[in-house]
Amino acid sequence: MEATVVRTGTEGKTWGGGSKSPLKASYGKMMMWFFITSDALTFSAFLASYGFSRFKFLDSWPIADEVFNHFPFMHGVDAPMYYVALMTFILIFSSVTMVLAVDAGHHMKKAKVTLYMFLTIIGGVIFLGSQAWEWKNFIKGEYGAVETRGGQILQFVDSNGERVALHDVATTLKEDRVAHERKNGLWFVGDDAELTTYSIDEIKEGFKTKENLLVRTQMLDENGAKTILTREKSLAMLDQHAVGVVEGANLTHNEYGPPLFADFFFFITGFHGFHVLTGVLINIIIFFNVILGTYERRNSYEMVEKVGLYWHFVDLVWVFVFTFFYLV
Amino acid sequence: MAHDATHQHEGSATKKIWSVFAILSVVTIVEVILGIIKPEFLIKTSFIYMSLLNWIFIVLTIYKAYLITWSFMHMEHESKGLRRSVVWTGVFLVAYLVFILLTEGDYIYEVYKGGYISWNF
Repeated sequence: MEATVVRTGTEGKTWGGGSKSPLKASYGKMMMWFFITSDALTFSAFLASYGFSRFKFLDSWPIADEVFNHFPFMHGVDAPMYYVALMTFILIFSSVTMVLAVDAGHHMKKAKVTLYMFLTIIGGVIFLGSQAWEWKNFIKGEYGAVETRGGQILQFVDSNGERVALHDVATTLKEDRVAHERKNGLWFVGDDAELTTYSIDEIKEGFKTKENLLVRTQMLDENGAKTILTREKSLAMLDQHAVGVVEGANLTHNEYGPPLFADFFFFITGFHGFHVLTGVLINIIIFFNVILGTYERRNSYEMVEKVGLYWHFVDLVWVFVFTFFYLV
Repeated sequence: MAHDATHQHEGSATKKIWSVFAILSVVTIVEVILGIIKPEFLIKTSFIYMSLLNWIFIVLTIYKAYLITWSFMHMEHESKGLRRSVVWTGVFLVAYLVFILLTEGDYIYEVYKGGYISWNF
């Protein structure tokens, strides 16, 4: 019986699996590029759906400068953009040290590769810490707000348009407040995580007595600022529609605006942060391999180049996240 | 070619890395400054459904992405086939996705705005 080997006539040529590799890249490098392509499509799907939700609520989306305005050791100072710009620099700089490591690898300089890989890891760790701090501020919230039955957010301002925190609005009432539990309440409604600092009645009462306070809705006016209601309308809005107090942010409520805003923030920056975390871990593995001399023996530092591709990709994604979450 | 970088003189490669870093930093600083002062005229001028300022941000971002990919990720030294299979796949699919989702988002916005769904119920 004849052997069933099919001859294609391309043996020895590129597409026949010959000695030359297709696309003139090694298998590992090519596959890293294709992985990056697919991962880039995943991230663009997230960012595009963020854009979708934003276009859907175009006239009531939170203003990024008002949400992300913290800077370490500058409490109460309005510092929009600075912190996230700093984070961007940290990540770009760690990309630079990575590409320096790759370059040193081309010249087979073990000591330099080690140093630059180490700096890259440090940069990644600092970035992760910064992101954790950013999340902490976002979750904790600053001023607090009131939510309407329709799920809209009402915030408080004084007559100058400056934001006012809940504790400056509320008056203390004598009331017995108990966190709702399924076992002794409505079985089909979940447990309250914990009671908010003030009840909605305390906010309403306090608002009535303090004449200079106004309600700010989420709607943007023609100048791109949030609409502030008149005193009468504020009182009516609060009295008729407000049902709950919101402090900080989680997946279902947030004091900044539509819940989708917080969901996308957590999901996209979280997914990016997860990439940074895995990038740091892979960098650490490669770092130890460099120290042990694995690539010296292999006579090629291509692994550093491959992990570098991933690390630059993480930086690349951040460039887009920075634009679409903080700038646009 | 794929391994040109190997034969480059060491100094010139590092010099290029630092100059790309300088460009990236300058672009980021420009973005941040524009984001903080928000020039009136750039916000008010609308161009294809978006303010000019937003277009500037997006163009600068794509420029930064180009620099990172071409220089840091050495895309310029890869073969034409690899470059196109990565870049064209991404660019065309993302452009399609963004177009279709933003169009749909704008349509839903009009539905809300037209009063078919109450803002607050």
